[in-house]
Amino acid sequence: MTINTDMTVRVVSITQVAEKVKRFRLERVDGEPMPVFSGGAHVVVAMRDGDLLRRNPYSLMSSPRDSSGYEISTLRVENSRGGSAFMHEKLQVGDTLVVSQPINLFPFDARGRKHIFMAGGIGITPFIAMMDQMLREDRSFELHYAVRNRIHGAYWKELTQRYGTHRVKIYVDDEKLFIPVDSILASQPLGTHLYVCGPAGMIDGVLAKARRQGWPEQNLHSERFLAPPPGKSFRAVLKKSGKTITVGTHQSILEAVEAAGIDAPFLCRGGACGQCETGVLACTGSLEHNDHYLEPDDKNSGRKIMICVSRLNGSEITLDL
Amino acid sequence: MLVVGIKSRPVYTGLIIDTNAPRHVLALQSEGAMAVAGQADKTFLARSEILYVGPKNFEAELSSLQPADFWVAHTIPVLLNRLKVTLQTAKMGTRLYIAGTEGFIGQAMQVALELGIDFNSIRTEHRGSLARRVQCVHCKGITDNVTTSPFTCSHCGLALLVRDHYSRRLGAFQGVNIDAEDPGSAPKPEVLFP
Repeated sequence: MTINTDMTVRVVSITQVAEKVKRFRLERVDGEPMPVFSGGAHVVVAMRDGDLLRRNPYSLMSSPRDSSGYEISTLRVENSRGGSAFMHEKLQVGDTLVVSQPINLFPFDARGRKHIFMAGGIGITPFIAMMDQMLREDRSFELHYAVRNRIHGAYWKELTQRYGTHRVKIYVDDEKLFIPVDSILASQPLGTHLYVCGPAGMIDGVLAKARRQGWPEQNLHSERFLAPPPGKSFRAVLKKSGKTITVGTHQSILEAVEAAGIDAPFLCRGGACGQCETGVLACTGSLEHNDHYLEPDDKNSGRKIMICVSRLNGSEITLDL
Repeated sequence: MLVVGIKSRPVYTGLIIDTNAPRHVLALQSEGAMAVAGQADKTFLARSEILYVGPKNFEAELSSLQPADFWVAHTIPVLLNRLKVTLQTAKMGTRLYIAGTEGFIGQAMQVALELGIDFNSIRTEHRGSLARRVQCVHCKGITDNVTTSPFTCSHCGLALLVRDHYSRRLGAFQGVNIDAEDPGSAPKPEVLFP
């Protein structure tokens, strides 16, 4: 069971910040302050889209100390499952949403002597809140931010103005400017931490380079939000609840479970945190593990599944739920 | 007498060389030298700076391995000062290794922790005496090279039971008065950390 601490919020402003990026400011309907959060935190936003209840995680990008409201930025994704299309096309100022308490699965290590942020595209959002916090706490940091072009790139101008060109470096793909990852990593003082957020390929590439340069695992941090990939429809038998449900093509197991009115634990909904780990009692077909939480042994055992992003390629799965 | 089963008890997993690291800094004390001399592949020494404190025989052994830099201190505090300067100016990609007694490892680690280095990223190997560095939880005085439990605090004179409870911040185990209710009733010291 999850304790219900959700907050009903109203959209008080919507700002188009770049070609496909909108910023939403959310304030509580009951006028109470929002909880203070730490840089890197996200909330799960529940949206009522017709009959559908969508729940998507978004990084908080407003100042962590601003308890009058939260701000999130979303990218309009082509072939989206509906969340970004809903946010961009249907959501209006004055509409209400439900958000979770802030959850931080991407905190900075306060023991670090220096912090290097590398962002790609919309992966900038958690760093905006982190830098605000770091500025206040007088910590040493640098941002290296890659955007496709200057029209698509969100916030690069504002961030450069606020933190200065000595701390914020912008790299524009269309201008053939790329983050010189190797040379940046080669010249950092011992005790520096590296944080990467962006497309999976960028995260993997940067972390691999850091490991090859002898950076310890403890100094490497990344966050990737994984949308549940679509797949074939299948049946899920929920042993404890005594129900059988159908998981649709564009639905995750978790979403199908929630649609059936069953309260399953979750935190990140992106295959990272481990909260929704569920026992597999039986299945016909093969498990498609899309998370980056379970160890390879667990994935191969066929006895565990992260229901927020992973699914079955087969006809029926029996879950300990 | 020993209180065991405490999670803070450090575990020393051995000097496993990170072959990706472009530079290695090794802080070694006495028998700790053998943790390096015993490495099968010694090519990493060409990229290594060794800081050593201890007897001459191990010093000669290390010197013969021809590390890129070799520096010898006469006392532990002097070595720790040098280590601090080395780490302050080191770049990421420098991997730290510490080998020797627990008291030495704990103190060298304190230096690294103050510079924001994660203790999990430091490779350590316990060599030599099992003697412990103990803080008296009553007077806060630290006694090095404690071999018995209970032992008499070198600062306040209380009979202290040595626990496995370890403070990474202090680099010391905790010693707690064993005969507070009935002073003088402490059991006889046993040599537990020879």
